Amino acid sequence: MSTNQEKGFPERFLGKKYPETMEDLPIAAIVPWPGSTLDVTTHAWRTFRPVINQDKCVRCRLCWIYCPDGAILEVDEEYTTSTGKKYKVSFKVDYDHCKGCGICANECPVKAIEMVPEMK
Amino acid sequence: MALTKPIKSLWEIPREERFVGGHAACQGCGAALILRHLMKVVGKDAIVVNATGCMEVISTLFPRTAWRNPWLHLAFENAGAAASGVEAALKALQRKGVLDKNRYIKVVAIAGDGGTFDIGLQSLSGMLERGHDVMYVVYDNEAYMNTGIQRSGATPYGAWTTTTPVGKKFRGEWRPKKDIVGIAYAHRIPYIATANPAYPIDMINKFIKAYNTRGPSLVHVLAPCTPGWRIPESKSIEVAKLAVQTGMWVLLEIENGKPKVTVKVRKRRPVREYLKMQGRFRHLKDEDIKKIQEMVDKYVEEINRWVGEEAIGPVEEK
Repeated sequence: MSTNQEKGFPERFLGKKYPETMEDLPIAAIVPWPGSTLDVTTHAWRTFRPVINQDKCVRCRLCWIYCPDGAILEVDEEYTTSTGKKYKVSFKVDYDHCKGCGICANECPVKAIEMVPEMK
Repeated sequence: MALTKPIKSLWEIPREERFVGGHAACQGCGAALILRHLMKVVGKDAIVVNATGCMEVISTLFPRTAWRNPWLHLAFENAGAAASGVEAALKALQRKGVLDKNRYIKVVAIAGDGGTFDIGLQSLSGMLERGHDVMYVVYDNEAYMNTGIQRSGATPYGAWTTTTPVGKKFRGEWRPKKDIVGIAYAHRIPYIATANPAYPIDMINKFIKAYNTRGPSLVHVLAPCTPGWRIPESKSIEVAKLAVQTGMWVLLEIENGKPKVTVKVRKRRPVREYLKMQGRFRHLKDEDIKKIQEMVDKYVEEINRWVGEEAIGPVEEK
Protein backbone atom coordinates (compact mmCIF):
# COMPACT_ATOMS: atom_id res chain seq x y z
CA MET A 1 0.00 0.00 0.00
CA SER A 2 3.04 2.27 -0.03
CA THR A 3 2.17 3.67 -3.48
CA ASN A 4 -1.20 4.97 -2.35
CA GLN A 5 0.31 6.51 0.74
CA GLU A 6 2.93 8.26 -1.37
CA LYS A 7 0.15 9.87 -3.38
CA GLY A 8 -1.15 11.37 -0.16
CA PHE A 9 -3.86 8.95 0.81
CA PRO A 10 -4.65 9.49 4.46
CA GLU A 11 -3.71 6.52 6.53
CA ARG A 12 -7.03 6.71 8.31
CA PHE A 13 -8.81 5.97 5.04
CA LEU A 14 -6.92 2.77 4.42
CA GLY A 15 -6.77 1.56 7.98
CA LYS A 16 -4.26 -0.90 9.35
CA LYS A 17 -3.76 -4.43 8.17
CA TYR A 18 -3.69 -5.72 11.71
CA PRO A 19 -6.30 -3.57 13.48
CA GLU A 20 -6.31 -3.42 17.26
CA THR A 21 -9.04 -0.85 17.90
CA MET A 22 -12.13 0.39 16.02
CA GLU A 23 -10.16 3.42 14.79
CA ASP A 24 -7.68 1.22 12.98
CA LEU A 25 -10.34 -0.13 10.62
CA PRO A 26 -10.58 1.30 7.09
CA ILE A 27 -13.40 3.74 6.31
CA ALA A 28 -16.44 2.42 4.40
CA ALA A 29 -15.32 -1.18 4.98
CA ILE A 30 -13.01 -1.04 1.98
CA VAL A 31 -10.41 -3.78 2.13
CA PRO A 32 -7.25 -2.46 0.45
CA TRP A 33 -5.19 -5.66 0.80
CA PRO A 34 -5.86 -8.04 -2.08
CA GLY A 35 -5.40 -11.69 -1.21
CA SER A 36 -4.97 -10.96 2.48
CA THR A 37 -6.73 -14.11 3.67
CA LEU A 38 -3.37 -15.77 3.06
CA ASP A 39 -2.40 -14.29 6.44
CA VAL A 40 -5.09 -16.42 8.03
CA THR A 41 -4.17 -20.03 8.59
CA THR A 42 -6.77 -22.76 8.36
CA HIS A 43 -4.51 -25.66 9.31
CA ALA A 44 -6.37 -26.19 12.61
CA TRP A 45 -9.45 -27.36 10.66
CA ARG A 46 -8.00 -30.66 9.63
CA THR A 47 -7.89 -34.00 11.32
CA PHE A 48 -6.05 -35.73 8.47
CA ARG A 49 -3.01 -34.37 6.73
CA PRO A 50 -2.19 -35.18 3.07
CA VAL A 51 1.34 -36.43 2.50
CA ILE A 52 2.56 -36.70 -1.10
CA ASN A 53 4.82 -39.59 -1.97
CA GLN A 54 7.16 -37.91 -4.49
CA ASP A 55 8.37 -41.27 -5.85
CA LYS A 56 4.87 -42.48 -6.66
CA CYS A 57 3.63 -39.12 -8.01
CA VAL A 58 3.31 -38.99 -11.81
CA ARG A 59 2.82 -35.18 -11.98
CA CYS A 60 -0.64 -35.31 -13.55
CA ARG A 61 -1.57 -32.04 -11.82
CA LEU A 62 -5.00 -33.34 -10.74
CA CYS A 63 -4.50 -32.65 -7.01
CA TRP A 64 -3.52 -29.09 -7.86
CA ILE A 65 -6.57 -28.74 -10.14
CA TYR A 66 -9.08 -30.09 -7.65
CA CYS A 67 -7.88 -28.34 -4.46
CA PRO A 68 -10.54 -25.78 -3.44
CA ASP A 69 -8.10 -23.89 -1.22
CA GLY A 70 -5.12 -23.64 -3.53
CA ALA A 71 -3.22 -25.55 -0.88
CA ILE A 72 -1.31 -27.76 -3.30
CA LEU A 73 1.71 -25.82 -4.50
CA GLU A 74 3.31 -26.41 -7.86
CA VAL A 75 7.00 -25.60 -7.61
CA ASP A 76 9.77 -25.64 -10.21
CA GLU A 77 11.86 -28.17 -8.38
CA GLU A 78 13.57 -30.99 -10.21
CA TYR A 79 13.09 -34.40 -8.75
CA THR A 80 14.57 -37.77 -9.67
CA THR A 81 12.63 -40.79 -8.48
CA SER A 82 14.25 -43.94 -7.14
CA THR A 83 13.67 -45.59 -10.53
CA GLY A 84 15.60 -42.79 -12.22
CA LYS A 85 12.71 -40.84 -13.77
CA LYS A 86 13.25 -37.10 -13.90
CA TYR A 87 10.52 -34.52 -13.35
CA LYS A 88 10.82 -30.77 -13.73
CA VAL A 89 8.02 -29.85 -11.33
CA SER A 90 7.05 -31.04 -7.88
CA PHE A 91 3.83 -30.78 -5.95
CA LYS A 92 3.92 -29.80 -2.31
CA VAL A 93 1.24 -29.19 0.29
CA ASP A 94 0.77 -25.78 1.84
CA TYR A 95 0.12 -27.01 5.38
CA ASP A 96 -0.90 -23.52 6.53
CA HIS A 97 -3.99 -23.43 4.31
CA CYS A 98 -4.84 -27.10 3.76
CA LYS A 99 -8.13 -27.92 5.47
CA GLY A 100 -7.64 -31.65 5.13
CA CYS A 101 -10.69 -32.39 2.98
CA GLY A 102 -8.95 -35.27 1.23
CA ILE A 103 -10.13 -34.52 -2.33
CA CYS A 104 -6.50 -34.77 -3.50
CA ALA A 105 -6.05 -38.23 -1.99
CA ASN A 106 -9.42 -39.38 -3.35
CA GLU A 107 -8.78 -38.12 -6.88
CA CYS A 108 -5.11 -39.10 -7.20
CA PRO A 109 -4.98 -41.71 -10.01
CA VAL A 110 -1.88 -43.47 -8.63
CA LYS A 111 -2.77 -43.11 -4.93
CA ALA A 112 0.42 -41.19 -4.20
CA ILE A 113 -1.27 -39.05 -1.55
CA GLU A 114 -1.90 -40.53 1.85
CA MET A 115 -4.10 -39.00 4.55
CA VAL A 116 -2.22 -39.24 7.82
CA PRO A 117 -3.96 -38.51 11.16
CA GLU A 118 -2.71 -35.25 12.63
CA MET A 119 -2.02 -36.71 16.05
CA LYS A 120 0.77 -38.97 14.82
CA MET B 1 -3.63 -12.11 -18.60
CA ALA B 2 -6.94 -13.53 -19.42
CA LEU B 3 -7.03 -16.69 -21.47
CA THR B 4 -8.35 -16.17 -25.00
CA LYS B 5 -7.86 -19.53 -26.74
CA PRO B 6 -9.50 -22.79 -25.65
CA ILE B 7 -7.20 -25.05 -23.68
CA LYS B 8 -6.51 -28.66 -24.56
CA SER B 9 -4.56 -29.93 -21.59
CA LEU B 10 -4.53 -29.35 -17.86
CA TRP B 11 -1.03 -27.90 -18.13
CA GLU B 12 -2.32 -24.81 -19.93
CA ILE B 13 -4.14 -23.57 -16.83
CA PRO B 14 -2.17 -20.61 -15.44
CA ARG B 15 -0.42 -21.14 -12.14
CA GLU B 16 -1.24 -17.69 -10.78
CA GLU B 17 -3.89 -17.67 -8.05
CA ARG B 18 -6.35 -14.78 -8.04
CA PHE B 19 -8.71 -16.32 -5.51
CA VAL B 20 -6.31 -17.31 -2.77
CA GLY B 21 -6.49 -19.80 0.07
CA GLY B 22 -7.20 -19.02 3.68
CA HIS B 23 -10.86 -18.33 2.99
CA ALA B 24 -13.50 -19.85 5.24
CA ALA B 25 -15.17 -22.27 2.80
CA CYS B 26 -16.06 -25.68 4.16
CA GLN B 27 -13.66 -28.55 3.62
CA GLY B 28 -14.09 -29.86 0.09
CA CYS B 29 -16.21 -26.92 -1.13
CA GLY B 30 -17.04 -27.19 -4.82
CA ALA B 31 -17.95 -23.53 -5.26
CA ALA B 32 -14.57 -22.28 -3.99
CA LEU B 33 -12.92 -24.57 -6.54
CA ILE B 34 -15.06 -23.08 -9.32
CA LEU B 35 -14.12 -19.52 -8.33
CA ARG B 36 -10.43 -20.43 -8.19
CA HIS B 37 -10.52 -21.57 -11.83
CA LEU B 38 -12.82 -18.73 -12.91
CA MET B 39 -10.36 -16.15 -11.59
CA LYS B 40 -7.47 -17.92 -13.31
CA VAL B 41 -9.36 -17.54 -16.60
CA VAL B 42 -10.47 -13.91 -16.30
CA GLY B 43 -7.13 -12.61 -15.01
CA LYS B 44 -6.50 -9.17 -13.63
CA ASP B 45 -8.65 -7.05 -15.96
CA ALA B 46 -11.96 -8.02 -14.41
CA ILE B 47 -14.28 -6.50 -11.86
CA VAL B 48 -16.07 -9.07 -9.73
CA VAL B 49 -19.63 -8.31 -8.66
CA ASN B 50 -20.71 -10.80 -6.02
CA ALA B 51 -24.23 -11.28 -4.71
CA THR B 52 -24.74 -12.45 -1.16
CA GLY B 53 -24.28 -16.16 -0.75
CA CYS B 54 -21.73 -18.66 0.43
CA MET B 55 -18.93 -17.30 -1.71
CA GLU B 56 -19.46 -13.73 -0.57
CA VAL B 57 -19.46 -14.71 3.09
CA ILE B 58 -16.50 -17.06 3.04
CA SER B 59 -14.14 -14.95 0.90
CA THR B 60 -14.33 -11.59 2.61
CA LEU B 61 -14.10 -11.86 6.37
CA PHE B 62 -13.48 -8.22 7.21
CA PRO B 63 -10.76 -6.88 7.18
CA ARG B 64 -9.40 -9.61 4.89
CA THR B 65 -10.21 -10.60 1.34
CA ALA B 66 -9.43 -13.70 -0.68
CA TRP B 67 -9.74 -11.80 -3.97
CA ARG B 68 -6.93 -10.23 -5.93
CA ASN B 69 -9.37 -8.38 -8.19
CA PRO B 70 -11.63 -5.38 -7.59
CA TRP B 71 -14.60 -6.88 -5.80
CA LEU B 72 -18.02 -5.49 -4.95
CA HIS B 73 -20.30 -6.82 -2.27
CA LEU B 74 -24.04 -6.76 -3.03
CA ALA B 75 -27.37 -7.74 -1.64
CA PHE B 76 -29.04 -10.99 -2.69
CA GLU B 77 -31.30 -9.55 -5.37
CA ASN B 78 -29.20 -7.12 -7.37
CA ALA B 79 -26.15 -8.89 -8.83
CA GLY B 80 -27.51 -8.37 -12.36
CA ALA B 81 -28.48 -4.75 -11.77
CA ALA B 82 -25.18 -3.78 -10.16
CA ALA B 83 -23.17 -5.59 -12.84
CA SER B 84 -25.11 -3.61 -15.48
CA GLY B 85 -24.27 -0.40 -13.64
CA VAL B 86 -20.57 -1.19 -13.38
CA GLU B 87 -20.45 -2.07 -17.07
CA ALA B 88 -22.25 1.17 -18.02
CA ALA B 89 -19.87 3.18 -15.82
CA LEU B 90 -16.84 1.56 -17.48
CA LYS B 91 -18.25 2.46 -20.90
CA ALA B 92 -18.86 6.08 -19.82
CA LEU B 93 -15.36 6.41 -18.34
CA GLN B 94 -13.82 5.02 -21.52
CA ARG B 95 -15.87 7.42 -23.63
CA LYS B 96 -14.70 10.34 -21.53
CA GLY B 97 -11.09 9.25 -21.76
CA VAL B 98 -10.61 8.59 -18.06
CA LEU B 99 -9.86 4.94 -18.74
CA ASP B 100 -7.79 3.61 -21.61
CA LYS B 101 -10.13 2.86 -24.52
CA ASN B 102 -8.11 -0.13 -25.72
CA ARG B 103 -8.12 -1.85 -22.37
CA TYR B 104 -10.87 -4.44 -22.18
CA ILE B 105 -12.28 -4.78 -18.69
CA LYS B 106 -14.78 -7.55 -18.09
CA VAL B 107 -17.50 -7.40 -15.48
CA VAL B 108 -18.01 -10.81 -13.84
CA ALA B 109 -21.15 -11.31 -11.80
CA ILE B 110 -21.14 -14.25 -9.40
CA ALA B 111 -24.24 -15.46 -7.60
CA GLY B 112 -25.47 -18.64 -6.03
CA ASP B 113 -28.60 -20.48 -6.92
CA GLY B 114 -30.67 -18.53 -4.37
CA GLY B 115 -29.40 -15.21 -5.72
CA THR B 116 -30.18 -16.29 -9.29
CA PHE B 117 -33.12 -18.71 -9.38
CA ASP B 118 -35.25 -17.04 -6.71
CA ILE B 119 -34.31 -13.64 -5.37
CA GLY B 120 -32.13 -12.24 -8.15
CA LEU B 121 -34.16 -13.50 -11.09
CA GLN B 122 -35.69 -10.16 -12.07
CA SER B 123 -32.39 -8.24 -12.06
CA LEU B 124 -30.76 -11.08 -14.02
CA SER B 125 -33.59 -10.96 -16.55
CA GLY B 126 -33.17 -7.20 -16.90
CA MET B 127 -29.44 -7.53 -17.40
CA LEU B 128 -29.85 -10.20 -20.09
CA GLU B 129 -32.60 -8.25 -21.81
CA ARG B 130 -30.63 -5.00 -21.98
CA GLY B 131 -27.63 -6.85 -23.43
CA HIS B 132 -24.93 -5.69 -21.04
CA ASP B 133 -21.45 -7.07 -21.58
CA VAL B 134 -21.43 -9.09 -18.37
CA MET B 135 -20.36 -12.65 -17.67
CA TYR B 136 -22.76 -14.13 -15.14
CA VAL B 137 -21.61 -17.23 -13.28
CA VAL B 138 -24.13 -19.20 -11.22
CA TYR B 139 -22.69 -21.71 -8.80
CA ASP B 140 -25.54 -24.05 -8.05
CA ASN B 141 -25.32 -25.93 -4.75
CA GLU B 142 -29.04 -26.66 -4.94
CA ALA B 143 -30.25 -24.94 -1.74
CA TYR B 144 -29.53 -21.93 0.51
CA MET B 145 -26.48 -23.60 2.03
CA ASN B 146 -25.06 -20.48 3.66
CA THR B 147 -28.01 -19.91 5.97
CA GLY B 148 -28.42 -23.61 6.79
CA ILE B 149 -29.79 -25.67 3.90
CA GLN B 150 -33.16 -24.13 3.08
CA ARG B 151 -34.78 -25.10 -0.21
CA SER B 152 -34.38 -22.89 -3.27
CA GLY B 153 -35.74 -23.03 -6.80
CA ALA B 154 -32.73 -25.16 -7.69
CA THR B 155 -33.36 -27.94 -5.18
CA PRO B 156 -33.93 -31.17 -7.11
CA TYR B 157 -36.95 -33.42 -6.67
CA GLY B 158 -36.79 -35.63 -3.59
CA ALA B 159 -33.98 -33.80 -1.80
CA TRP B 160 -34.12 -33.27 1.94
CA THR B 161 -33.60 -29.69 3.17
CA THR B 162 -34.52 -28.06 6.47
CA THR B 163 -37.60 -26.48 4.86
CA THR B 164 -38.59 -29.60 2.93
CA PRO B 165 -38.28 -32.14 5.75
CA VAL B 166 -39.02 -35.80 5.48
CA GLY B 167 -42.26 -36.73 7.22
CA LYS B 168 -45.45 -38.65 6.70
CA LYS B 169 -47.06 -36.31 4.18
CA PHE B 170 -44.07 -35.00 2.25
CA ARG B 171 -40.86 -36.84 1.62
CA GLY B 172 -38.38 -34.08 0.84
CA GLU B 173 -38.73 -31.59 -2.00
CA TRP B 174 -41.80 -32.31 -4.13
CA ARG B 175 -41.23 -29.76 -6.89
CA PRO B 176 -38.82 -30.23 -9.80
CA LYS B 177 -35.77 -28.06 -10.34
CA LYS B 178 -36.19 -24.75 -12.14
CA ASP B 179 -34.65 -24.62 -15.62
CA ILE B 180 -32.44 -21.52 -15.50
CA VAL B 181 -30.77 -22.36 -18.82
CA GLY B 182 -34.21 -22.37 -20.46
CA ILE B 183 -35.00 -19.00 -18.89
CA ALA B 184 -31.71 -17.54 -20.15
CA TYR B 185 -32.27 -19.13 -23.57
CA ALA B 186 -35.63 -17.36 -23.81
CA HIS B 187 -33.74 -14.03 -23.60
CA ARG B 188 -31.82 -14.91 -26.82
CA ILE B 189 -28.42 -14.12 -25.32
CA PRO B 190 -25.22 -14.99 -27.21
CA TYR B 191 -23.73 -17.55 -24.83
CA ILE B 192 -25.17 -19.95 -22.25
CA ALA B 193 -23.42 -22.99 -20.81
CA THR B 194 -23.65 -25.52 -18.03
CA ALA B 195 -20.41 -26.71 -16.45
CA ASN B 196 -19.13 -29.03 -13.78
CA PRO B 197 -15.92 -28.74 -11.71
CA ALA B 198 -15.22 -32.46 -12.14
CA TYR B 199 -14.57 -31.72 -15.83
CA PRO B 200 -12.04 -28.88 -15.44
CA ILE B 201 -10.98 -28.50 -19.08
CA ASP B 202 -14.58 -28.32 -20.25
CA MET B 203 -15.45 -25.86 -17.47
CA ILE B 204 -12.47 -23.61 -18.17
CA ASN B 205 -13.15 -23.60 -21.92
CA LYS B 206 -16.70 -22.48 -21.18
CA PHE B 207 -15.40 -19.69 -18.94
CA ILE B 208 -13.02 -18.65 -21.72
CA LYS B 209 -15.85 -18.56 -24.26
CA ALA B 210 -18.09 -16.61 -21.89
CA TYR B 211 -15.24 -14.20 -21.21
CA ASN B 212 -14.69 -13.62 -24.92
CA THR B 213 -18.37 -13.10 -25.67
CA ARG B 214 -19.25 -9.46 -26.22
CA GLY B 215 -22.65 -9.32 -24.64
CA PRO B 216 -24.37 -11.12 -21.80
CA SER B 217 -23.32 -14.69 -21.09
CA LEU B 218 -24.42 -17.11 -18.41
CA VAL B 219 -22.52 -20.11 -17.09
CA HIS B 220 -24.42 -22.44 -14.80
CA VAL B 221 -22.03 -24.56 -12.73
CA LEU B 222 -22.89 -27.41 -10.41
CA ALA B 223 -21.18 -26.83 -7.04
CA PRO B 224 -21.11 -29.87 -4.75
CA CYS B 225 -21.78 -28.83 -1.17
CA THR B 226 -20.42 -31.27 1.42
CA PRO B 227 -22.53 -30.27 4.47
CA GLY B 228 -25.71 -29.60 2.49
CA TRP B 229 -25.64 -32.70 0.33
CA ARG B 230 -24.52 -34.81 3.30
CA ILE B 231 -21.47 -36.24 1.59
CA PRO B 232 -17.95 -36.86 2.94
CA GLU B 233 -15.53 -33.96 2.28
CA SER B 234 -13.30 -36.00 0.00
CA LYS B 235 -16.14 -37.14 -2.29
CA SER B 236 -17.34 -33.82 -3.69
CA ILE B 237 -15.59 -34.23 -7.04
CA GLU B 238 -16.67 -37.87 -7.28
CA VAL B 239 -20.33 -36.88 -6.77
CA ALA B 240 -20.04 -34.09 -9.35
CA LYS B 241 -18.61 -36.56 -11.85
CA LEU B 242 -21.47 -38.98 -11.20
CA ALA B 243 -24.00 -36.20 -11.82
CA VAL B 244 -22.76 -36.03 -15.41
CA GLN B 245 -22.42 -39.79 -15.86
CA THR B 246 -25.98 -40.46 -14.67
CA GLY B 247 -27.52 -37.73 -16.84
CA MET B 248 -28.67 -35.64 -13.86
CA TRP B 249 -26.43 -32.85 -15.13
CA VAL B 250 -25.91 -32.42 -18.88
CA LEU B 251 -22.92 -30.35 -20.02
CA LEU B 252 -24.56 -28.06 -22.54
CA GLU B 253 -23.38 -25.09 -24.51
CA ILE B 254 -25.69 -22.76 -26.42
CA GLU B 255 -23.83 -20.45 -28.73
CA ASN B 256 -26.00 -17.94 -30.57
CA GLY B 257 -29.03 -20.16 -30.13
CA LYS B 258 -27.34 -23.39 -31.29
CA PRO B 259 -27.35 -26.05 -28.57
CA LYS B 260 -24.52 -28.56 -28.26
CA VAL B 261 -23.60 -31.21 -25.72
CA THR B 262 -19.89 -30.81 -24.99
CA VAL B 263 -19.32 -33.95 -22.92
CA LYS B 264 -21.18 -36.85 -24.48
CA VAL B 265 -22.13 -39.81 -22.33
CA ARG B 266 -22.50 -42.94 -24.45
CA LYS B 267 -23.77 -45.17 -21.66
CA ARG B 268 -25.59 -43.53 -18.80
CA ARG B 269 -25.31 -44.93 -15.30
CA PRO B 270 -28.50 -45.36 -13.21
CA VAL B 271 -29.36 -42.36 -11.02
CA ARG B 272 -29.43 -44.69 -8.02
CA GLU B 273 -25.62 -44.48 -7.86
CA TYR B 274 -25.73 -40.67 -7.66
CA LEU B 275 -28.57 -40.61 -5.12
CA LYS B 276 -27.14 -43.33 -2.87
CA MET B 277 -23.92 -41.35 -2.35
CA GLN B 278 -25.74 -38.41 -0.77
CA GLY B 279 -27.36 -38.23 2.64
CA ARG B 280 -29.97 -35.75 1.43
CA PHE B 281 -31.54 -38.53 -0.66
CA ARG B 282 -31.20 -41.15 2.08
CA HIS B 283 -34.96 -41.40 2.72
CA LEU B 284 -35.83 -42.26 -0.90
CA LYS B 285 -37.59 -45.56 -1.47
CA ASP B 286 -37.33 -47.66 -4.60
CA GLU B 287 -40.45 -46.13 -6.14
CA ASP B 288 -39.08 -42.59 -5.52
CA ILE B 289 -35.81 -43.51 -7.20
CA LYS B 290 -37.79 -45.01 -10.09
CA LYS B 291 -39.70 -41.73 -10.44
CA ILE B 292 -36.47 -39.70 -10.45
CA GLN B 293 -35.03 -42.09 -13.04
CA GLU B 294 -38.10 -41.49 -15.22
CA MET B 295 -37.72 -37.71 -14.82
CA VAL B 296 -34.06 -37.92 -15.85
CA ASP B 297 -34.94 -40.16 -18.81
CA LYS B 298 -37.47 -37.59 -19.97
CA TYR B 299 -34.99 -34.74 -19.52
CA VAL B 300 -32.29 -36.60 -21.45
CA GLU B 301 -34.76 -37.36 -24.23
CA GLU B 302 -35.65 -33.66 -24.43
CA ILE B 303 -31.97 -32.70 -24.61
CA ASN B 304 -31.28 -35.30 -27.31
CA ARG B 305 -34.20 -34.04 -29.37
CA TRP B 306 -33.04 -30.45 -28.88
CA VAL B 307 -29.44 -31.01 -29.98
CA GLY B 308 -30.58 -33.36 -32.78
CA GLU B 309 -28.40 -36.37 -31.92
CA GLU B 310 -28.10 -39.03 -29.27
CA ALA B 311 -25.59 -37.18 -27.12
CA ILE B 312 -26.61 -38.88 -23.90
CA GLY B 313 -27.05 -42.60 -24.33
CA PRO B 314 -29.37 -45.11 -22.63
CA VAL B 315 -29.00 -46.37 -19.07
CA GLU B 316 -26.72 -49.31 -18.61
CA GLU B 317 -26.97 -51.35 -15.42
CA LYS B 318 -23.70 -52.77 -14.18
